[in-house]
Amino acid sequence: MSAGNVNPVRMNLDQLQRAVFDVVRQPLTDNERMREHTLDGRSTKEIAEEIVKPNDRLTSVERLEIYNRVYWFRLLSSLADDFPGLRAVIGQEAFDKVLLGYLTEMPSVSYTLRDLGSRLEAWLRAHPEFISSNERMALDMVRLEWADIEAFDAAEFPVLSQAELAGLGEDPVFHLQPYLQLLDLSYPVDELLLKVRETEDPETDISSNVVMMDHSDSAPRKQLPLPKGKKVFLAVHRQENIVYFKRLKPEGFALLRALQQGQPLSQAIETSVNWSGKKLERVMEQLHDWFANWSQLGWFCRPPEKESQP
Amino acid sequence: MPANRFNGYKDFGVGIGLRVPHYNHIFEKKPVVDWFEIISENYMVEGGRQLQVLDQILERYRVVQHGVSMYFGSAEPLNREHLRRLKKLVRRTNTPWLTDHLCWGSVDGRYSHDLLPMPYTFEAAKRTAQKVREARDFLEVPIAVENVSSYAEYHVSEMTEWEFLNEVVEQADCGILLDVNNIYVSSRNHSFDPFEYLRSVPAERVAQIHIAGHSNYEKYILDTHDHPVLDPVWQLYAKAIEMFGPTATLLEWDDHIPSFDEVHKEALKAKQYIPASSAVAS
Repeated sequence: MSAGNVNPVRMNLDQLQRAVFDVVRQPLTDNERMREHTLDGRSTKEIAEEIVKPNDRLTSVERLEIYNRVYWFRLLSSLADDFPGLRAVIGQEAFDKVLLGYLTEMPSVSYTLRDLGSRLEAWLRAHPEFISSNERMALDMVRLEWADIEAFDAAEFPVLSQAELAGLGEDPVFHLQPYLQLLDLSYPVDELLLKVRETEDPETDISSNVVMMDHSDSAPRKQLPLPKGKKVFLAVHRQENIVYFKRLKPEGFALLRALQQGQPLSQAIETSVNWSGKKLERVMEQLHDWFANWSQLGWFCRPPEKESQP
Repeated sequence: MPANRFNGYKDFGVGIGLRVPHYNHIFEKKPVVDWFEIISENYMVEGGRQLQVLDQILERYRVVQHGVSMYFGSAEPLNREHLRRLKKLVRRTNTPWLTDHLCWGSVDGRYSHDLLPMPYTFEAAKRTAQKVREARDFLEVPIAVENVSSYAEYHVSEMTEWEFLNEVVEQADCGILLDVNNIYVSSRNHSFDPFEYLRSVPAERVAQIHIAGHSNYEKYILDTHDHPVLDPVWQLYAKAIEMFGPTATLLEWDDHIPSFDEVHKEALKAKQYIPASSAVAS
């Protein structure tokens, strides 16, 4: 007990919360304990003793350490659940470093853990050294896993009927469902992710104020063979509230992406031709089947009505 | 308290938390349950399966919203986007009252996703109460704040936890979600008498009670929600019912979740403490 030479510091609410949060979000040591010094060199013991009372069983440091550990266990566990595919691509050791580096530099800025990985792709692009062994495949996988999260709970608007589609005029602008995510990938990571999910399928949601004191996932994982490079054009979409991956032809992908960007049909066809290098005739002869299929999948919707602000 | 202005004048009986592993059982077996508590943040989305599940639950069951990230005690202002989405959900569920924790968890828009303990100061009570009022005025639904489990106390505190709770709820004129497991956990971690805490709670403000399991470690107790309710917590619960009357009660079980029947059976043990004449017919 070190209460004898403690100098409690008088703090207002803002100051106290900043000081505690700074310590709580300091990365743990390798054996998952609180660091002796913060990243900017201050003594965590001194900070803890200035703020937190010891009791007859725990020092100030030990009491603050409980929160430090819970913070990291919860966030690491949440990200690990969201990105099992990335772990399969880069391996457990590199994955652990990615999560630690990302969370250290990019603390959560959303009230919901659902958004925790929203900036991971951007962070990895700024820090390719974390995924240098398999950079492009890792980035593809992160994009796919984030698209999967977005597709899972994005809005769905009323679907346009065939008659409504036909009545849109000569050169219509289409509205696509917000859940539809389009990805051009350099690796068939969709296949890999499905294989990963066959071996592990966490289904969790946010719980109440449950405390996690163990995030280690010691279940042995089968090392899955990584795919060779192959261009894949993918629609990540939702049917009956289940997320699916649908591969598209490059010219179909380009057309759909142009429509998603708000281009009228004629311009989208031109974009498709230019982007894919296919002949106009080739695109035009597939157009009817594409629209029939995409319409059947419910991808064309009515524009969203303006929501009344609560 | 039974029906009062902080729980929408509802007398809800004994419920359980709605959790993903139980979805299929609920839809297939359609068990009789007094009510479900949902974690608001799980359903504050624009579409997809969670909302479909919620709508199906709402067709058959009574639902109350419980939040984990409002952070009434954070020094920074309420998150307007959070409030906007929460209000949308309130309109969907028609929750008769809404709860969140008496804690803080964010600084400068950065989130801890934890329920961090408040410094028990008059300044903190005033700011927290102000935020509870703002949230209630915006959401247009009664709010009850929940006492959290804690593992640390601050030098700056000027009062006990229960005095702080009273300060906040009086200034905010809001209800209390009394978590008797959290009282017990904190009483062991901070060496106070949990019954003294109970005796200080203003009965007329108790909107709901939480019960849950915890884990004993060598030097402290953790609020883990992964066990049945332990005897000392049942004793506190019995005293609470004796003091406050039959009150909407909810069992939280969030980790190592057993079957629906096991969780529900554990929750229904609460009914043995509720006078038969006032138990809610299921």
